[in-house]
Amino acid sequence: MIMDGMTSGTAWRDIGRLDEVPCLGSRVVATPRGKIAVFRTRDDRVFALEDRCPHNGGPLSQGIVHGNHVTCPLHNWVIALATGEAVAPDIGCAPTIPTQVRQDRILLLLPYAMS
Amino acid sequence: MNMMHRRERLIVVGNGMAGMRTVEELLKRDPIRYQITVFGAEPHINYDRIALSSVLAGDKEIGQITIHSLAWYAENGIQLCAGDPVVSIDRVAKTVTSESGRTEPYDRLLLAAGSRPIVPPIPGLELTGVCAFRDIADVEQMIAASTEHRRAIVIGGGLLGLEAANGLLKRGMSVAVVHLTDTLMERQLDGAAGRLLQRELDERGLNFFMNGQTEEIFGGERVEGVRLADGREVPGDLVCMAIGIRPSIDLARACDLDINRGIVVHDDLRTSDPDIFAVGECAEHRGKTYGLVAPLYEMAKICADHLAGDETTSTAYAGTILFTKLKVTGVDVFSAGALAGGEESGELTYNDTARQIYKKLVVRDGKIDGVVLYGDVADSNWYLELLRKGEDITPFQDAILFGQSVVAAMGKVKPLSVANFADDYQICGCNGVCKGTITQAIAEKRLTTLEGVRQHTKASASCGSCTGLVESLLIATVGDAAAKPKPGGMCRCTMLTHEEVRTRIAADALKTIPQTMQALGWANTDGCHSCRPALNFYLLCAWPGEYRDDEQSRFINERAHANIQKDGTFSVIPRMWGGVTNAKELRAIADVVEKYDIPSVKVTGGQRIDMLGVPKDQLPAVWRDLNAAGMVSGHAYGKALRTVKTCVGSEWCRFGTQDSTAMGIALERMTWGSWHPHKVKLAVSGCPRNCAESTIKDFGVIAVDSGWELHVGGNGGIKLRGTDFLCKVGTQAEVLEYCGAFLQLYREEARYLDRTASWIEQVGLDYVKSQIVDDQAGRKLLHARFLHAQQFAQTDPWAERANSESQSREFHALARVS
Repeated sequence: MIMDGMTSGTAWRDIGRLDEVPCLGSRVVATPRGKIAVFRTRDDRVFALEDRCPHNGGPLSQGIVHGNHVTCPLHNWVIALATGEAVAPDIGCAPTIPTQVRQDRILLLLPYAMS
Repeated sequence: MNMMHRRERLIVVGNGMAGMRTVEELLKRDPIRYQITVFGAEPHINYDRIALSSVLAGDKEIGQITIHSLAWYAENGIQLCAGDPVVSIDRVAKTVTSESGRTEPYDRLLLAAGSRPIVPPIPGLELTGVCAFRDIADVEQMIAASTEHRRAIVIGGGLLGLEAANGLLKRGMSVAVVHLTDTLMERQLDGAAGRLLQRELDERGLNFFMNGQTEEIFGGERVEGVRLADGREVPGDLVCMAIGIRPSIDLARACDLDINRGIVVHDDLRTSDPDIFAVGECAEHRGKTYGLVAPLYEMAKICADHLAGDETTSTAYAGTILFTKLKVTGVDVFSAGALAGGEESGELTYNDTARQIYKKLVVRDGKIDGVVLYGDVADSNWYLELLRKGEDITPFQDAILFGQSVVAAMGKVKPLSVANFADDYQICGCNGVCKGTITQAIAEKRLTTLEGVRQHTKASASCGSCTGLVESLLIATVGDAAAKPKPGGMCRCTMLTHEEVRTRIAADALKTIPQTMQALGWANTDGCHSCRPALNFYLLCAWPGEYRDDEQSRFINERAHANIQKDGTFSVIPRMWGGVTNAKELRAIADVVEKYDIPSVKVTGGQRIDMLGVPKDQLPAVWRDLNAAGMVSGHAYGKALRTVKTCVGSEWCRFGTQDSTAMGIALERMTWGSWHPHKVKLAVSGCPRNCAESTIKDFGVIAVDSGWELHVGGNGGIKLRGTDFLCKVGTQAEVLEYCGAFLQLYREEARYLDRTASWIEQVGLDYVKSQIVDDQAGRKLLHARFLHAQQFAQTDPWAERANSESQSREFHALARVS
């Protein structure tokens, strides 16, 4: 995980309250580089993935969240939230975005706009 | 004192598995030589420590893992001092002193104090909710925590840590595992097998934090989580430390016995003091310490030989080839010997990525030097036998990975199916049960089930890894009389069938998904994408008006009330009652298409209009505009009542015999909004020409001069199925009653995702007729239940979401960042 935010061109960005993401659900964060799906598990862990299934680009944010996985709504690929990896026998990986929850705020480590 | 009459005194330090197994072996060899006193730190009688995993996982009670009862100690004249550990040894005076101040003399002393969990020097160890996974007290603490808290963290992804994690998961906790390296069980598994294991456990719901060095446990009074060296934080209310064990050597050190990592013992299990022996986890033999049960039992035998013997006794402990099986049911992992080839050895590997099977043999000088198996461990005993005996495998090396049966079929080795095992072949390593004992019990007790064999022989009753062998033996012994396992369950989360789940929901008054999963012992805490929507429907159907629909258990289309398309946009189809529309509705649709720049508009097969390519965040606005023109959701996206297709009927058609359009509208008004196991389509045709294609619908109506013919179970989809003729009725009211009753019967009895067509093929048309046609009272009750449920279902989901900010949250981005 990249921790030295500023020097590497990334920074922790506050993107909302924990309770704005439904438990066992997902919300989308729109960025210039595309959508990010932010997931909340039953135990209030938060994960973020690029909102594109490694299979066919399906919106993972629209899938059913179970345990620490999400099932893509298009063709039922199951993706591990922590790693973005597809569950066997499927092979592929959705890029992950580091997350933190601080005082019920969700933070994502995002590229920092230099302008 | 007459020495001939004084029994020698043996003191055993440690009331665990190693010490008591040694005593047991000693009593077999010489039951009277020693007067035995046992000191134990734990306030319990001797129990099976390896079964603590099963206790934690809820498969056993603490009472079931006791090895020796108090009566056993008494019968054998053993004095037990439980809860009173020895604190010092005086080798000159030959006495031990316990914590309570009791001093006892010995002639021989057996050290079997076991080991202690390794605890790293980090802050936060004193917080409430931090424990190890070593003894009954730890397990009791974990079980108590699982009833009050939700999140557990296990530090250590080795054998012990994974068993702890699995147990806590089965107790309903969400479990994170923090592991120092990038491979689970890296001492037993290579990278490939470790990754497969991680994937499997990940699928079961464990969260892995690999390459995680725990730096701090933080919290107030109770633990709140752990912080890793790289800054990651893992929240949790229980922290279980399972990073390893360290031999207990403090006593030995204090009395100047030779120690290293453990208490150094020779091949006769004597320490540097010939009157003091050491066995089990506290002992170090030829530079090795052991933490598994098999070596401990081997040591016990040799140690007992020497305790019972004299200076001429020559048996020697030569070390144990370790093998490992993970005690997590359904995860097949086996490892023994070397993990990887070196300069003088090679590796054979077999890797079936589709079936998740991985096998690796390390081969040195034509002999097996190590085995790693994942996913298929059927040949583990064979490989282990070849490894132990150092047999030359060169004649069949090219086929060895395909297993013993293939090699045997090639005529290279004797087939060694379980039936051919010798009677003294040990089947169950945990309980030391041989094949002969099991076959004898099967014959004498007329056993036909695995459970029976477990109860009578204890085989497969501890870790369960020999369950497959015991089952094969049962089948080989009694043939077809062996009880067959039940057919598969709803999904990987449960062994229960759909029908069993529905029965239990009604019988046990289960009213929420978590409650159902807990009561029925779901394997995964949150279920999966397959069972959650099914449970949501079953509960909705069982408790109308009472069950609160779980949005997060619905497929996206039913959550967003629109149909997801391949590009992630949605399609919107408003209801057109009976396929009838008007200028106002068409104008509103046209306006919406222009206003929101909807790229595509199409007439559907169900006589409605489909607007395709609407981004999710525009759905509420589109719906608001459609609602304003009086249109509601067409449920074209759901396992729900879809369309009622009609022809123009007697109002316009020169062949029409009845007003099929009005009949269709009446049916749609009654049935709209209803949820079903799968989609449901209706149609009404005004004459036998059947222009509305009623005979390929779930419930089709065809008007004839004298009334209405009712047809059921048709499907025009993947597998074309014409309807079955149900009956003929006279009035519109009867059509409605039969339709409602039929749909309710389907809702109550069909499996989720079965269309009426496949349901009828399963239950038979005669059954449906008996319920709907023959049983008038039953039909009326079914119809009444349908109407009752409809009271709560007929709310336009579009209006709810278009007009409520909280309900429309689903449709908007949480944030936009630049």
